[in-house]
Amino acid sequence: MPQPYDIIIIGAGIVGAMIARTLARYDVRILWLEKASDIGVGATAANSALIHAGHDAVPGSLKAEMNVKANPLWDQLSEELHFAFQRTGAYVVAIGPEEFAKLEQLLDRARQNGVPAEILSGEVMRQREPQINPAVSGALHIPTGGIVDPWGATVAAAENAVLNGVELRLNTEFLDFIWEGEKASGRVDESKIQNPKSKIVGIHTSAGDFYARWVINAAGLFADEVMHKAGVRPEFKITPRRGEYFVMDRNQLQLNNVLFPVPTAVSKGILVTMTLHGNTLVGPNAENIEDKTDVDVTPQGMAETWAGGLKLVPGLKQRDIIAIFAGLRPAGNAPCANPAVDYAHDFIIEIPAEVAGFVNLGGMESPALTAAPAIAARVVELLQGAGEELREKAAWNPLRQDRPVFRHLTREEQAALVAQDPRYGRVICRCETVTEGEIVAEIHAPIPATTYDAIKRRTWLGTGRCLGGFDMPRVVEILARELGKNPLEISKKGPGSEFLFRQTKEAAL
Amino acid sequence: MTHTLKSHYDVIVIGAGPGGLAAAIEAKKHGADDVLLIDRDLELGGILLQCIHNGFGVETFKEDLPGPSYAQRFVNEAQTIGIEYLLDTIVLEVTPDRRVYTTGARTGFKELSAKAMVFSMGCRERTRAQIRIPGPRPAGVFTAGTAQRWVNVEGYMPGSRFVVLGSGDIGMIMARRLTFEGAKVERVLEVMPYLSGLSRNYVQCLLDFDIPLQLQHTVKRIIGKNRVEAVEAVAVDDQWQFIPGTEELIPCDTLLLSVGLIPENELSQKAGVALDPVTAGPYVDDGFLTSVPGIFAAGNVVHVYDLVDWVTQAGRTAGKRAAMVVTGCCNPEPAYVPTRAGDNVRYVVPQRLDPETLTQEPIMLQMRVTRPLEQSVTVQVTDGDTLIAKKAERYARPGEMVSLTLKGKDYDAVRKAKELKVSVVPK
Ligand SMILES: Cc1cc2nc3c(=O)[nH]c(=O)nc-3n(C[C@H](O)[C@H](O)[C@H](O)COP(=O)(O)OP(=O)(O)OC[C@H]3O[C@@H](n4cnc5c(N)ncnc54)[C@H](O)[C@@H]3O)c2cc1C
Ligand SMILES: Cc1cc2nc3c(=O)[nH]c(=O)nc-3n(C[C@H](O)[C@H](O)[C@H](O)COP(=O)(O)OP(=O)(O)OC[C@H]3O[C@@H](n4cnc5c(N)ncnc54)[C@H](O)[C@@H]3O)c2cc1C
Repeated sequence: MPQPYDIIIIGAGIVGAMIARTLARYDVRILWLEKASDIGVGATAANSALIHAGHDAVPGSLKAEMNVKANPLWDQLSEELHFAFQRTGAYVVAIGPEEFAKLEQLLDRARQNGVPAEILSGEVMRQREPQINPAVSGALHIPTGGIVDPWGATVAAAENAVLNGVELRLNTEFLDFIWEGEKASGRVDESKIQNPKSKIVGIHTSAGDFYARWVINAAGLFADEVMHKAGVRPEFKITPRRGEYFVMDRNQLQLNNVLFPVPTAVSKGILVTMTLHGNTLVGPNAENIEDKTDVDVTPQGMAETWAGGLKLVPGLKQRDIIAIFAGLRPAGNAPCANPAVDYAHDFIIEIPAEVAGFVNLGGMESPALTAAPAIAARVVELLQGAGEELREKAAWNPLRQDRPVFRHLTREEQAALVAQDPRYGRVICRCETVTEGEIVAEIHAPIPATTYDAIKRRTWLGTGRCLGGFDMPRVVEILARELGKNPLEISKKGPGSEFLFRQTKEAAL
Repeated sequence: MTHTLKSHYDVIVIGAGPGGLAAAIEAKKHGADDVLLIDRDLELGGILLQCIHNGFGVETFKEDLPGPSYAQRFVNEAQTIGIEYLLDTIVLEVTPDRRVYTTGARTGFKELSAKAMVFSMGCRERTRAQIRIPGPRPAGVFTAGTAQRWVNVEGYMPGSRFVVLGSGDIGMIMARRLTFEGAKVERVLEVMPYLSGLSRNYVQCLLDFDIPLQLQHTVKRIIGKNRVEAVEAVAVDDQWQFIPGTEELIPCDTLLLSVGLIPENELSQKAGVALDPVTAGPYVDDGFLTSVPGIFAAGNVVHVYDLVDWVTQAGRTAGKRAAMVVTGCCNPEPAYVPTRAGDNVRYVVPQRLDPETLTQEPIMLQMRVTRPLEQSVTVQVTDGDTLIAKKAERYARPGEMVSLTLKGKDYDAVRKAKELKVSVVPK
């Protein structure tokens, strides 16, 4: 048996990344697995990018607790790890008199959660956001809300974890658990143990077996399947709830606020919000579906999302749409641990009593992006509670080095950077002004970007008005050169998504 | 070429396609001493470098040339008369007072300035998002121009079995090119009841190669998570609504989009140039002067042309007028006569004429029609009531630019007019 790890983490979304980063502080050997070719490709790749204040979580739920605890942590995190975050505040916007009446209830809920909030008049809201629907009757202002770059945060936390010793393995899928007493053949030697499913000692993966004293389930949409393999919570089910979005051209539409509608029973509703890339985001709708991989955009979904956007900002124009995408919320059905709270969609963060060596997370839908750092801290507490000593490493470095982003620099800084490394002088993505230097840096980063989409998520290239039409051939060429591969091997998002089929007749000669 | 690069120029031209090349040459010939041409590509020639098919220069040279050969003639001339150029260099920003920031791996970061400028940045392609095609986001959905670059410049095939959405020229030309390369082009789908590109491309690129064109059809859905596996095609009615029951699954690995071009005006916007919402290009006058003094615009950056010859002509006019700014001329606030789109006209370029600069030189009014007329038509200009000029055409199609040239004899009437109304009506 190979040298076992102390901890294995399954899943490299924001939750896995924050856990890995937090645990990397301690003197433990950690293996971190992700089945995709890159980190942050699940729910973390397609969401509203908001750091929620916690104003509308159900009071008394674990969700509310984690959200409210995590919200203030983001300033320091973004400073240490260097990713984009801004505490913008947020507004829940009431249109018409009926919705205005609901703001009181929302204010009351915010207060119960300990979240500062105030009700503003329609007049004030119109001044703060001139593009708002003129029928606005008032708004709940929540000053602690914020916006984040979710990919940036995930990559930054993951990179910091890796630099502090966490072993990350991409393209490695968790298949099943290895139980104490189980032989290498995968069959349990029943004679050796009393309870065949009592202690997890490792996992089978698509890339072989790995052993550890603890396995943490951070598998997002697939967390139910993972926990079922551990024999935990058989009744727990994740329903993918799809949300579709529009991204608007920032040259045509400048909106400087985070606008929620008055929420519905199932979701926070369709937002119109600023992002850290300057584009306005419209969405998401909410539709329960079956397939956990179905991120199709649909005619109905787009129509619903657009109508929702128009309700808040009637001046939206379809010709300014530059991208459409969909994300899947990993919506669970776990009742709140506190029986006094009537809520059936809470987070699960637990060490289940029936299995040893298993930290179980589930139902990581919104606001799990926001809550991730608090969830990670709770995982540490649980491990400590289970007797793990978790000694701090002397060599732990909480800081991550920033890499230059050409478009964020002043003209003088740009000139200096280009003089120092000419590759920062060659613009590869014309709409977002992303340079060859930035792309090369990501390909050779601690967690190398090896696909087009991986570079896109890290640099924001290909997200502008031309949607990559200009940069795609150039990025494929750079990836091939830097990775020492043939351009035919370069893919959008891993095997099966290659761009090119063969050389042309002349080129092949 | 770039050894003695100065920081101040008489005329700086952005974009070295046919528009920019012609502008630079003409500016130099008309008295601008220091002319600089900047392009982000590695070579001069613009989009023509990837247009290796014939069809260029029939008006200008009375010859049918491939794109690169057409461009080469201007490149030769530019080099002969001593135009400086910066290649592999992108313009990041132009300020309203004509300071220019550029960057390039070989040319470094620079701040330049000019007495006059010509914007000829060309256009970009409309994308999947702009037409909101449902489905997942696999590899294999490319714009036709991106595919054209891959095939003609980089030497790679981005697929083997294609469906083309949109009957734009690039899509039709690529359908033929890919067929030459041994790929299968299953179909060209067009949502409108008529072609959006040139009829000659339909004949030479689709008909001659038995590639079916389906009008009033579109893609209802893309299928395939990693790579395109099929598209679901569907017929649409006159309101672009899907007609239930007409769905058809077409297996393919690539969907090419040829669904329109949009003038590339990010720099123009930053420079304060006012844009026409219909063309998405700058408002220009008959000398291609924009709303910002000293800044001209020519070529696809103004409105999308179908023939390179008119781009060259526009570049020449803009370059000559830019030189005139340098040598000193022109009323800074002309009392413009606006042109207006009348019956069956979507837009007219130029959007305004300067009555004081009207000379004996002809002025070409360029327009696109709103709906096709498959019969003899009259293209006419009036001052609202009285006819100023007219011409006959055999037909008028949205995919083909229509023009009408005003000549010296018309200018008296133009000067007196409050506006010029242009229409294209059945004869
Ligand atoms: C439409 C939408 C809007 C949202 N808006 C917000 C918001 O504004 N603010 C907010 O706080 N939250 C928001 N959320 C929620 C937030 O995006 C998610 O809660 C969060 O990203 C969950 O992170 P995760 O790491 O748990 O899951 P994921 O990001 O899905 O990560 C799980 C990872 O596990 C991997 N994995 C799964 N199974 C296996 C296996 N067997 N082996 C190996 N790896 C495996 C997956 O590939 C994936 O990468 C939104 C979600 C959606 C969908
Ligand atoms: C695929 C295709 C097929 C065609 N086929 C035909 C045909 O068969 N016959 C015919 O007559 N016409 C054809 N045309 C039309 C004609 O060739 C084009 O209209 C013409 O090339 C446009 O010229 P342009 O100078 O306006 O733009 P372009 O040729 O596009 O040149 C614009 C240049 O500006 C540069 N640029 C843009 N922004 C910047 C920046 N910020 N900094 C630096 N450089 C910048 C670009 O790199 C580019 O080189 C075709 C056009 C296309 C696109």
